[in-house]
Amino acid sequence: MLDVQEVSVRFGGHLALDHASLQAEAGQITGLIGPNGAGKTTMFNAITGLLAPTSGRICIDGQDVTGLKLHRRARMGLARTFQQLELFSMLTVRENIRVAADIRRRWARDRSDAGALTDAIIDQVGLRAVADERVTSLPTGQGRLVELGRALACKPRVLLLDEPASGQDDAETHRFGALLTELAAEGTAVVLVEHDMALVMEVCDRVHVLDLGHMIAVGDCASVQTDPAVLEAYLGTSRAPSDIVDVTTGVEA
Amino acid sequence: METFLVFTIVGLSLAAIYAVISSGLVLTYATTGIFNFAHGAIGMLAAFTYWQLRFDWGWPAPIALGLVLLVLAPAFGLLLERVVMRGLVGTSEATKLVVSISLLVGTIGLANLVWEPGKSRPNSKFFDGERLDLGVTTITYHQAITIVTAVVVALGLRFLLYRTRIGVSMRANVDDRSLTLLNGARPDRIALLSWAVGCSLAAVGGILIAPSLSLESASLSLLIVNAYAAAIFGRLRSLPLTFVGAIVIGLTEGYLAAYLPSNQYLAAFRSAAAAIILFLVLLALPNPRLRTRSHLREFFPAPSTSGMAMLAGGVVVSGVVMVTTLDSSSLITYGQIFPLAIVALSLVPLVGYAGQISLAQLSFAGVGAIAAAHHGQGGSPVGILLAMVFAAAVGGLVALPVLRLSGIYLALATAAFAVALDRWIFNLPDFDIGPVHVSLFELGSTSIDPLSVFGYEFDTRGSQVILSAVAFAVVALLVAAVRRSPFGRALVAMRDSEAACATFGLNLMWPRLAVFMLSAAIAGLGGALYGMQLGTVSPERFNLVTGLPLFVLVVVGGAGLVGAALFAGFSLYGLIPLTSALGTLVAKINTVTPGLTGIGLGRNPSGVLPIIQRRMAPLRADTPALIAMAGAMVVAYVLRLADVIANWPFVLLVAVAYVVASEVARRRFVASLPVPAAGEDPDDLEWVGVTVPWGAAHLARMDEALALDELDLDHPAPVGAAASRVAAVTAVREPVPPAPSFEKGGVADA
Repeated sequence: MLDVQEVSVRFGGHLALDHASLQAEAGQITGLIGPNGAGKTTMFNAITGLLAPTSGRICIDGQDVTGLKLHRRARMGLARTFQQLELFSMLTVRENIRVAADIRRRWARDRSDAGALTDAIIDQVGLRAVADERVTSLPTGQGRLVELGRALACKPRVLLLDEPASGQDDAETHRFGALLTELAAEGTAVVLVEHDMALVMEVCDRVHVLDLGHMIAVGDCASVQTDPAVLEAYLGTSRAPSDIVDVTTGVEA
Repeated sequence: METFLVFTIVGLSLAAIYAVISSGLVLTYATTGIFNFAHGAIGMLAAFTYWQLRFDWGWPAPIALGLVLLVLAPAFGLLLERVVMRGLVGTSEATKLVVSISLLVGTIGLANLVWEPGKSRPNSKFFDGERLDLGVTTITYHQAITIVTAVVVALGLRFLLYRTRIGVSMRANVDDRSLTLLNGARPDRIALLSWAVGCSLAAVGGILIAPSLSLESASLSLLIVNAYAAAIFGRLRSLPLTFVGAIVIGLTEGYLAAYLPSNQYLAAFRSAAAAIILFLVLLALPNPRLRTRSHLREFFPAPSTSGMAMLAGGVVVSGVVMVTTLDSSSLITYGQIFPLAIVALSLVPLVGYAGQISLAQLSFAGVGAIAAAHHGQGGSPVGILLAMVFAAAVGGLVALPVLRLSGIYLALATAAFAVALDRWIFNLPDFDIGPVHVSLFELGSTSIDPLSVFGYEFDTRGSQVILSAVAFAVVALLVAAVRRSPFGRALVAMRDSEAACATFGLNLMWPRLAVFMLSAAIAGLGGALYGMQLGTVSPERFNLVTGLPLFVLVVVGGAGLVGAALFAGFSLYGLIPLTSALGTLVAKINTVTPGLTGIGLGRNPSGVLPIIQRRMAPLRADTPALIAMAGAMVVAYVLRLADVIANWPFVLLVAVAYVVASEVARRRFVASLPVPAAGEDPDDLEWVGVTVPWGAAHLARMDEALALDELDLDHPAPVGAAASRVAAVTAVREPVPPAPSFEKGGVADA
């Protein structure tokens, strides 16, 4: 569905992404993890078109979209949330989602009722109780749900989520995980950037690991967790990978 | 060859002046982030002060120069920084812009207050224009001094920025403000110094150029457009490129003076050249990044149906009251409120909803007036219709190339366009483009026929005022409806985050263009109605400087509220003439009032209207008080119609009715609030500050309650620079990446 091929992004002298590749399949949740500053958000910005990559190709459904503008890519079924919230401060929760639904309705030439879609999404993401509050009065966790709701209002085929669970408590995170699984089951290709490893390991089908702009590992959850390069990136080189597996899981001890 | 050399020198001396002025502009913008629209006006003020000392009071030139450049101008800069600019840290770009535009409006007002406009003020060049022979050509001492000054300024700035400690920290501040802060620099000192130096440079430029122009406040202040153009060459950051820009513009103006064929089409082109260059340079700027995370402090709620009905009804009623009570000369003055409020209304969707900026709205109104004059002959409604269509078309034409810009760049582009219209296009005689005959103000003024619809002719002043009031009410309802439509929601969404809107598949170009054209069309309607009331219109009614107070007051009112347009129209064309009628002192003070109002905006970016609305809330909810007030007002109106009372007592009675009613409503509202039950501790900490004033004893009790009294707390908590430094340090540190936790799923299950 989404195929990022050897993309590099350079900020002045700093290479934020260095020939990094990523694939996300429809109906699957693809994790993208890595320490702070690894280039995860840069990857999302390059995919959506907020940044122009220095080299490499981005394809959706086999079609090269590297040169397309943001809104063209969005119309191909790409939607995202932002790590640092981009909510519309003058509008309520309902109106925030409605804006996205109205915009999609226009370019998709869809005559269906945007209000009904908005209501359905509010229930789906669980914002019914605060639907008519101004977004600026919400805690961050619910703000992230508003962003997810807006992305869903675009009926995306590829959904990029940038740390959607930060600011949520355990119960909320758990419900959120179930929601993601549900979305994937409907055929959406979900790409999840997240620091909450429990959530990543619970819901992801495949995980990509970025470190300092390099894609250092790709695989299913189990293989990535034992990958020496991944452990080194996260925990440093002072301890041998085998020790760490011992300590954290207690399985092999 | 002789001409070439002479005009090269003319061009270079102009370039030198632009370079000096624009380097001051760049210095303050780069180090403090505030783009000072009033920079030229400060130079103008200095030129007037110098004239006063040197020519009116006859002081020797060195003493007058020393006082102005080394004492008064820097002192003015320090004052500005302390009183106005320091409060703007962390406000939106639009607020900063409005504050500096207010300063421009206020400074022009101040100059007109002290130095009565229209009087001739003889002003000679240094050494009375004596010439120095260079062999191939001659150069006046004034030109030589000007060019040398620019070189000295260039070298001086280079020394300041590269060889002094504070200069190095100024440059560091440009690169990364928070890092500079962390390294112990003093941003307040940097700002003070750059405002002082900036104002001195503006003063140097103003004094040098004044003898070549006439001492006239508005034209000297607008000289800044030329300096802006130079500064944009350096993208408001690079001083060397700014000097290059100044040379390009100075030489262009010099050679245009020499070689431009003198016919009536191109006569005024030279004065518009800098504005046109500014517009072109802005087009060449690279695409800015999409607006993200604006974190705007401004909030404007969507208009309510009842509020809009009251506003529209109130406007029509007050139009009727005005027409039936005022004599015809007062009606000429106060009748302007409604058409100009329509022009102000055009800013609400553009500035308030979409967060775009246009300083050219009055120019669009001028286009509307022209269309109404030429196509509304005999009162044909086609004139009004075409006023809106032409204004929208011109608006779209201006907007299309500059839409990708935002903030100050958009403000500059629209200002440049307005200046080009004022100085050149509006002063053109009729011309033909192919088969199309274009007729503008016909070199002076052009007359507009009153509208006639279905045989009814709006040919009396009264009927025209009511027409404008009704038009305002209708357009106000339309603008309110836009805010509640999907288009309006998309606009306010774009204001916060263009990036997010684009990721929903919105092509940002279309809503931007649409809102610009809608806004221009509304302004065009206002212009047509304005022209109809005036009977004849001339270009100076529609120039940039006349339009600035309207822009400032809409933003001061609260740009996202339809009522702000009425507030702006009523304040500028109702309240100011009304209070000016009280006495010459008030009239004099009123020349600076519009400017002063904008300066307080930094404290309250949502504007004045929300405050007024809060005050009026009890009255709006209190039906008996409302009915009583309306009754009293009707009685006063009947007394006025029966000629029992004159206009002033009528105004007074209406005001008293409002004040009494709102006070009664307020008291009834307070009385209706739940009273704390008996036995409740009035000093209950949760209510401190709400029911009783906060005191030192409460602090002690709070410490006690939180068991902090045992710690040695040093009250008050760190404030000012220390606190912001702490905040900066904590903000810079990112949270530590959590180690992968393998508790659920993963290896254990595998």
